[in-house]
Amino acid sequence: MKALVSVKRVIDYNVRIQVKPDGSGVVTDGVKHSVNPFDEIAMEEAVRLKEKGKVTEIIAVTVGGAKCEETLRTALAFGADRAVHVKVDEEIQSLTAASALAAVFKKEGAEIFFLGKQAIDDDAAQTGQMVAALLDLPQATFASKVEIDGGKATVTREVDAGLETLEVDLPAIITTDLRLNEPRYLKLPDIMKAKKKPIETVSLADLGITAAASLKRVKVTNPPKRSKGVMVKTVDELVAALKAKGLI
Amino acid sequence: MSKILIIGQQAEGKLNSGIAKVVSAAKAIIGGEIHVVVFAADGSAAAAQAAAIDGVTKVIQIDRAENDHGLAVIIAPQIVALALTGYSHVFAAGTTFGKDLLPRVAAKLGVQQVSDIMAVHGATSFDRPIYAGNAILTVEAPASPCVVATIRLASFQAAGDAAAAAPIEKQSLDVSLPTHTRFVSLAAQKSERPELQSATRVVSGGRALASSENFSIIYSLADKLKAGVGASRAAVDSGYVPNDMQVGQTGKIIAPELYLAIGISGAIQHLAGIKDARTIVAINKDPEAPIFEVADYGLVGDLFTLVPELESKV
Repeated sequence: MKALVSVKRVIDYNVRIQVKPDGSGVVTDGVKHSVNPFDEIAMEEAVRLKEKGKVTEIIAVTVGGAKCEETLRTALAFGADRAVHVKVDEEIQSLTAASALAAVFKKEGAEIFFLGKQAIDDDAAQTGQMVAALLDLPQATFASKVEIDGGKATVTREVDAGLETLEVDLPAIITTDLRLNEPRYLKLPDIMKAKKKPIETVSLADLGITAAASLKRVKVTNPPKRSKGVMVKTVDELVAALKAKGLI
Repeated sequence: MSKILIIGQQAEGKLNSGIAKVVSAAKAIIGGEIHVVVFAADGSAAAAQAAAIDGVTKVIQIDRAENDHGLAVIIAPQIVALALTGYSHVFAAGTTFGKDLLPRVAAKLGVQQVSDIMAVHGATSFDRPIYAGNAILTVEAPASPCVVATIRLASFQAAGDAAAAAPIEKQSLDVSLPTHTRFVSLAAQKSERPELQSATRVVSGGRALASSENFSIIYSLADKLKAGVGASRAAVDSGYVPNDMQVGQTGKIIAPELYLAIGISGAIQHLAGIKDARTIVAINKDPEAPIFEVADYGLVGDLFTLVPELESKV
């Protein structure tokens, strides 16, 4: 069984985000980028399934510009066997990315597709569900446990009410939540080996995709700042302050 | 004129408390109709609750045995069929249900989804948070074929009760549904405490609680304050409390009147979940903890002595 895993290049989660003064976006030049943390969890899950013999080949895929090649190299170091780079130089949005990913999934004949449940840049949390819709396949989002057996996946999902378990027929689309696994640390030999693994580059046109109409990004602004409050010295002082505000 | 379809999320005959907030967001688009659709095996009770929300002009009740567990793959094709009957907008709550469901609808309609609307400027102009709320993006969505969006519940007040209930219309949709996805079980935490996302007061504990047993002081304070109980990601990851208590970028986003962060350092991912709280109180032994940068009241010290003392004095 082939597994497809998508990885997105995002600003590293430790970076303090700076909004550009002209409101056109956030500062990305000279800022550290990494693989979206949820996608690392997706990658790790595929690798564990391969180690268990459930998956025979792992293909990593990304949609984006030239710099995304380093993101794919990270996925290859994790354990992907090869990678597909859907090269797009302009900004694209979720539906277009989902169309490209769906096309790659179909072309590769993969049976399971792991994606992070959201990317920490746009926080939109929609690409996986869109891929599933475009392919008319099952979706199991926000997964915290995945078991594969006999052409089916049993997936535990983190939902507002607690933990929901679904059974889906393969092929299926699974988006990964934080507690699914803890991604491994990459070792130098794996990073070196990843440099020799093949990356195939394709365009949207090669996949027969045209970009969907986009949401127009009007401006990016800073959120309203919470002003720093006061430090109290004792519980009595705190209780008095909360009572004065009618909060308790 | 706008015609807005709101997905009336329900469970066991109870309309989700967030739907009244979604109605508020819809009311910010001036002029037009606001319909709530309830998908259930028997949606009568939830439909009646939706009809009683001020601003709702019609409730559509779609009863079908397959709708019982609210699976996205089952509900989505029905919404698509309904949306194509002339709706300008499809809105859902930014709950795990809405987040799972609505992108499937958007993709089927061939539109980009607007996720987590936090402000409505007009029929197609919205603000939404990006980078864990560290930047706000204003977007203009194409009006055609329709706008598909989830609503960030912490950003809207619930609409009040209607003077007169809206009419409820039962409909059946001729849509074939997939069988490739089956509900197995739901392990829900049963609690008498207020629900995290609608509680006016919330007490949250972090890694510093150091064990599941120690969390009892958080529950105890919460009960005294009639508060909901939350936790940081670190506390959930450490297994002190279940996942549904996580507050933050990837957990629940809340906006209580009073938020008490106990032994929580205040990673940006956690702060993303509490930005809209009216008053934040932080108790932490580390005076340098980032939580104090956003707290209205900060108290430095040992939580194991301060929290019981606080409980005895409120």
